[in-house]
Amino acid sequence: MATTTVPGTTRAPGRPTSPYPAGPPRTSLGRKVRDNLTGHAFLIGAVLCFAFFSWYPMIRGVVMSFQRTRRGVTTWVGWDNYDRIIADPSFWTAWKNTFYFTILALVLGYAVPFFVAILLNEFRHAKGYLRILVYLPVMLPPASALFLFKFYAYDPGDAGLFNSILKALHLPTSQWMQSPGMTMPAMVIASTWMNMGGAVLIYLAALQNIPGELYEAAELDGAGIWRRIRHVTIPQTRLILALLAMLQIVATMQFFIEPLILANGTGAEDSATSVAYLIYQHGFFQNDLNGAAALGVIMLVVLAGFSAVYVRLSSKQD
Amino acid sequence: MSVPQYRKAAALALVAGLGLSLAACSTKSDDAKTDAGGKVTITVDCQPVGSQKELLKNWNDDVVEFQRQNPNIVIKSVSVGEQCNNPPDFTARLAGGTVTDLFYGYMTDLQQVLDSGQAMDITEFATKDTVPTWDSIDPALKEVFTDGGKLYAVPVKNYSMGLVYNKVLFQRAGLDVNNPPKTWGEVRAAAKKISALGNGIAGYSEYSAGNTGGWHFTSLLYAQGGQVLTADGKKADFNNAKGKQVLQNLKDMRYGDNSMGDRQLLQWADLLTNAGAGKVGMFVGAPDATQAIVSQFQGKFQDWAMAPLPGQDGKAVGTLGGGEGYFFKKGLTPEQVKAGLKWIAYQKLTPGKGQFDYVRAKPQNYPVGLPQPLLFAGGSDAQKQELELRKANANVDTANFAIFEANPVPIKGEPRNAQAIYAVLDAAMSGVLTNPNANIDALLKTAEDKVNQLLAAEK
Repeated sequence: MATTTVPGTTRAPGRPTSPYPAGPPRTSLGRKVRDNLTGHAFLIGAVLCFAFFSWYPMIRGVVMSFQRTRRGVTTWVGWDNYDRIIADPSFWTAWKNTFYFTILALVLGYAVPFFVAILLNEFRHAKGYLRILVYLPVMLPPASALFLFKFYAYDPGDAGLFNSILKALHLPTSQWMQSPGMTMPAMVIASTWMNMGGAVLIYLAALQNIPGELYEAAELDGAGIWRRIRHVTIPQTRLILALLAMLQIVATMQFFIEPLILANGTGAEDSATSVAYLIYQHGFFQNDLNGAAALGVIMLVVLAGFSAVYVRLSSKQD
Repeated sequence: MSVPQYRKAAALALVAGLGLSLAACSTKSDDAKTDAGGKVTITVDCQPVGSQKELLKNWNDDVVEFQRQNPNIVIKSVSVGEQCNNPPDFTARLAGGTVTDLFYGYMTDLQQVLDSGQAMDITEFATKDTVPTWDSIDPALKEVFTDGGKLYAVPVKNYSMGLVYNKVLFQRAGLDVNNPPKTWGEVRAAAKKISALGNGIAGYSEYSAGNTGGWHFTSLLYAQGGQVLTADGKKADFNNAKGKQVLQNLKDMRYGDNSMGDRQLLQWADLLTNAGAGKVGMFVGAPDATQAIVSQFQGKFQDWAMAPLPGQDGKAVGTLGGGEGYFFKKGLTPEQVKAGLKWIAYQKLTPGKGQFDYVRAKPQNYPVGLPQPLLFAGGSDAQKQELELRKANANVDTANFAIFEANPVPIKGEPRNAQAIYAVLDAAMSGVLTNPNANIDALLKTAEDKVNQLLAAEK
């Protein structure tokens, strides 16, 4: 097979040639510094921002998780904070709730945007308007969106939107956020509605990259819509699907605003307590910043595992 | 200048700018000490927010007058929101070391403030010389802010809880406004009648989220004669018949009678919003709850009255008392502490001035005549003076609080590490208010385990 080379895209191995006129001869180090000075200078801002607002708090959090501050005196306490946090009866409740939310969010919040994207991709008319409609909730501040759900949709009385619909259909109504069994599904529905716009757009972009000939060939072979989705769409978008799945897991495991607003914190009988909310509770309500830091580190470790999979998948995508 | 030179210049400017910004951030302001002119400056938080126009004006007028009387003191006011102590904000300020020189806190905050290392021992400064009414202040309130014999804050408000009830709804339900419920059985019967009015009205309403559920559980438990912690403070002490009775009363009203409304998981503002809208017949609260209903939630003073907290079969054994005070930030100079005490004395502890300036408050939309803040010991000079002024300038019908005042219930303070315990007890309260099949024994056992774990962790 003949290979073609696009002019200008090949480069000899080794150091790149400077685009500037050659100056007087310099040492290798001096040259390196001079060549990269501008780049490094511009990098300083970003590095400082990350250092101050991301890396330092992270390191500080790890350090704090091994300390205890009492009466203004900080001492090293080894694994005490971890022992204490793990012994907290809310610890396992919070993890159970968090995994439950994550799984529900994967089933609902992951599948729904994908199928909405496929539907939108099939429309021939009014595509732009429909995309705006789907993306609109993303533009609402999350707190406003959740208050809409809390007071309008999830009202436990008959006046609530969802209960009115259920009543009109002669179905039993629900207590929504006040029912421990409905807390998680209700939070996932609200969360999916709020966030799916972004995922739909990414899926749409991926779908539009699938060569049309593949669908045409599948249609010629007599494939219906489901077989086209199964044998063309899913294989062609599997990396994007995997990447978004990982992103979704990492994001949903940190859910916080949903319990805070929809359930006023912990919800009925602790049914809404997430790990992130438990961290907040320890840190800000229980005078236990060190315990909160320990819980944060535990969460960091769990999320790092999922993030590693994500990084692997992204490099594969590249 | 060639393009690369522009880039270099831009890069250098960026670096220089960042450097300057960082330097600016790290420069410590020292304007809060004594300046060259010998003036002492102190920062004070809890200045009313802009929406509380009259309160803000009163505060600012007080600052101007105080500074006129004390030309060597400068008060810098800081507003920290409508609720001066919103626990997450308060914790963040403490942890970040950004509290003002004088900072507002609840009586329950002492341990947290001490743990943060931000509070100053003011024992030697808090005397009759700096606070003229010091000897009149109820010693029990000073004790709340004392640890190991050292005083860390000055009390500025004190309350006790009772039964707040809506007279209009009482009348509509055929109940006698002058004979409010005295026992939980009577509360239950009245709540049933009030909720029968329909239109989403709750006969009795109760908190169960944002720590307020635990706060009220504590008061209801005190009414039963119970206590949250054992006398030595080492163990939870509510998983017993008294604790069960508290939850059973609520469960019976919520699901037995359906007299507590559909909406639960209520926090402070939720309940008072409903009350302001005339949707709540009764709730447990302090006298100033009526003030919040009027000033923040569009209710009317004349609609509300107050009775003592009901007991199970007779008079309540106890009720929860609490309050607020001002702490002093560690590291202040003696001059600053004295200036701070002088300011608090003027604005919070002098009959006829600041919060006790009833002549000024009378025409404003703030109540004069409530049996609050109860700072001065009964029979003390300041108490007599305050009571006279209050009566002379009352703008609310004091008869609405007469039953409450005439039947005092012994006041019990909040438990140690109260906010953390309240957070745990929220789950027990939400359990009986949202689950018709709630297992009270299991709810109390879980809460007991959690509180014991919290206490063990403190050691």
